[in-house]
Amino acid sequence: MSDNCSRREFFANALKLAAVAAIPVGALKILEPGEAKAAIAKTGVRWGFVVDTHKCIGCGFCVKACKNENEVMYDAPVSRTWVERYVVTKDGEVHADTPNAARDGFTTPKIHGQVIPDSEITKAFFVPKLCNQCENPPCVQVCPVGATYQAPDGVVLVDRTWCIGCGYCIMACPYGVRFFHPQFKVAEKCNFCYHRISQGMKTACVDACPTGARMIGNLKDPNDPVTKIVLNERVGVLKDEYGTKPQVFYLGLDKNVR
Amino acid sequence: MVESAASAIHGAEWTIKELFVYPNEFIYWSIQIVMYPLMTGLVAGAFVLSSLYHVFKQEDLKDIAKFSLIFSFALLFAAPMPLMFHLQQPQRGIQVFFTPHFTSAISAFGIVFFTYYIIVACEIWFVYREFAVKQMKALEGKEGFGNSLLRAIYRVFSLGVHDISEQALHRDHKAVTILAGIGIPVACFLHGYAGFIFGSVKANALWMTPLMPVIFIMSAIVSGIALCILTYIIIMEWQKYRAKSARRAWGMSAEEIGGAEIDVIRKTSKYLVGFMIAAITLELLDLVFRGYTSLKSWDILRSVIYGKDFVNIFILQYTLGNLVPFLMLVIPGLTVRRTAVATMLVLLGVFMMRYNVVIGGQAFSLTFAGYMHYHLPIIPHSIDTYKEGLFGALTIAVMPFVLFYWINKALPTLRYK
Repeated sequence: MSDNCSRREFFANALKLAAVAAIPVGALKILEPGEAKAAIAKTGVRWGFVVDTHKCIGCGFCVKACKNENEVMYDAPVSRTWVERYVVTKDGEVHADTPNAARDGFTTPKIHGQVIPDSEITKAFFVPKLCNQCENPPCVQVCPVGATYQAPDGVVLVDRTWCIGCGYCIMACPYGVRFFHPQFKVAEKCNFCYHRISQGMKTACVDACPTGARMIGNLKDPNDPVTKIVLNERVGVLKDEYGTKPQVFYLGLDKNVR
Repeated sequence: MVESAASAIHGAEWTIKELFVYPNEFIYWSIQIVMYPLMTGLVAGAFVLSSLYHVFKQEDLKDIAKFSLIFSFALLFAAPMPLMFHLQQPQRGIQVFFTPHFTSAISAFGIVFFTYYIIVACEIWFVYREFAVKQMKALEGKEGFGNSLLRAIYRVFSLGVHDISEQALHRDHKAVTILAGIGIPVACFLHGYAGFIFGSVKANALWMTPLMPVIFIMSAIVSGIALCILTYIIIMEWQKYRAKSARRAWGMSAEEIGGAEIDVIRKTSKYLVGFMIAAITLELLDLVFRGYTSLKSWDILRSVIYGKDFVNIFILQYTLGNLVPFLMLVIPGLTVRRTAVATMLVLLGVFMMRYNVVIGGQAFSLTFAGYMHYHLPIIPHSIDTYKEGLFGALTIAVMPFVLFYWINKALPTLRYK
């Protein structure tokens, strides 16, 4: 090998290097004008959810419906949505549980193996939980490959073909709504039944709820019943202190709710 | 059916829930995520040790500098392996390089890791170029497959730069100094970012602290130096033992080999003690601060730290892993054997620190009203229980030593007297 490198050789090699370096650029996708417009356009929709805890009877129909609708194994202990039971006793103790995500409702008065006498109970209630579709979602922030993202209408989605399964999003969610899908082995979460709401339907849990405790609507539409509740009633959100700006609003939220 | 569905859930295998825990909560980050910061920490620590000689001209570290540089390289290859074992979709792991999402701390992995990898590789080249060229020339004309293979390796290694004049070597040294200098902040960044991954998770009450990256860097350097000292002792003593038992190994007597040099060990362990003080101070500051400010999460944290994880934190980590080796190293009249035991304890301490952060951070529920207990799978009965079990962790732990063994064959790191 010659120690000298002619200018001609140098340029030839530089060109080869540039060609090799350009290959990863090929991985970038060039959008059609229509696609680009859709990607940046502001939509007139922001999905939001209202849970009226006064109405929830803890039947678990919502959990059942969700599992069936969204192909989350029926017997798996994980779920996109669940219902919690809270029992507060006279001494101020809070007893809470969610047996099997309340898929079958609450079939026994026992909480963690303990029966609380009725005379001791000061208040008891149910709280349905689901993804809060946060305005500032920490799960989206921490995904190392951008496999989870927020749609323009606010719903946080997961790309099952791109998720590497690191679990960082699961760790980052303060609400514990994420888990690994038992079958697809990628991050899984409630997406407000995106396939249904984008077709003008309600979510499976809203349809299944016998008491109307769950409502979904467009927060950008001032005439939407959900928006009216959020604007006119005294609503609360879960774990406000994390700064995630949750978009699931609760009527009758108790301070003991975790 | 219930059984199979439950075991299909990642994490259900080794998580036992107690009291009120959300249904989707499991210990998702298990033993491999303990191994990951441990390994990158060792990389960073080993590199910093070698840089103390190359940059700050600590002549007393000359012997161990080459060794720790090569060891750092071997560790560097093994460092991403825990992540590959952990990922649910390991075949997509490469996407972190191709489609990094820069708001994520993990996405920095590709850039930081490769920058570091290049720096270490270049530094090794400059350090060993002279040796490789000399070996190549010495092996010239020698027969036998082994010799020609070695010669080919050295030829490739030298990249065709065969100039070993005084001037050229001087330039090599200068390059090493510069690379080692750049390497220190990059090594700290490599590990600091691992700390950032944890420290920035606002959902986790135990992890979230801005001190986390600094704590990680300090304990990383501690673990790296400890492992280098320990491996150095083991190798040197092993050579001495072999020479004694075989009378003349490689034509050298036991006296000529001499075993581990206590001077090298004493000086290196001074640095170890220094960084240990920094690491422990920061960790205790974090603990005191949490107790003093006692935020909403403190009740459950206290019950984990002073209750459920007491043995892991205060006995194994702070007492056995920090206090005991600290005393062993500062009491005058340090011997090789005492150092070996002390460094082993230091490594135990750092491992337990990682364990208590990663597993301890998931020992309590997001509800702050329930607990999760981790049971390390010992006997694997599925891919998951191997990968995220004892044997998966051992595979990772052994990897750098195997790599080091092979690299050391071509690029010997330790001089025998």
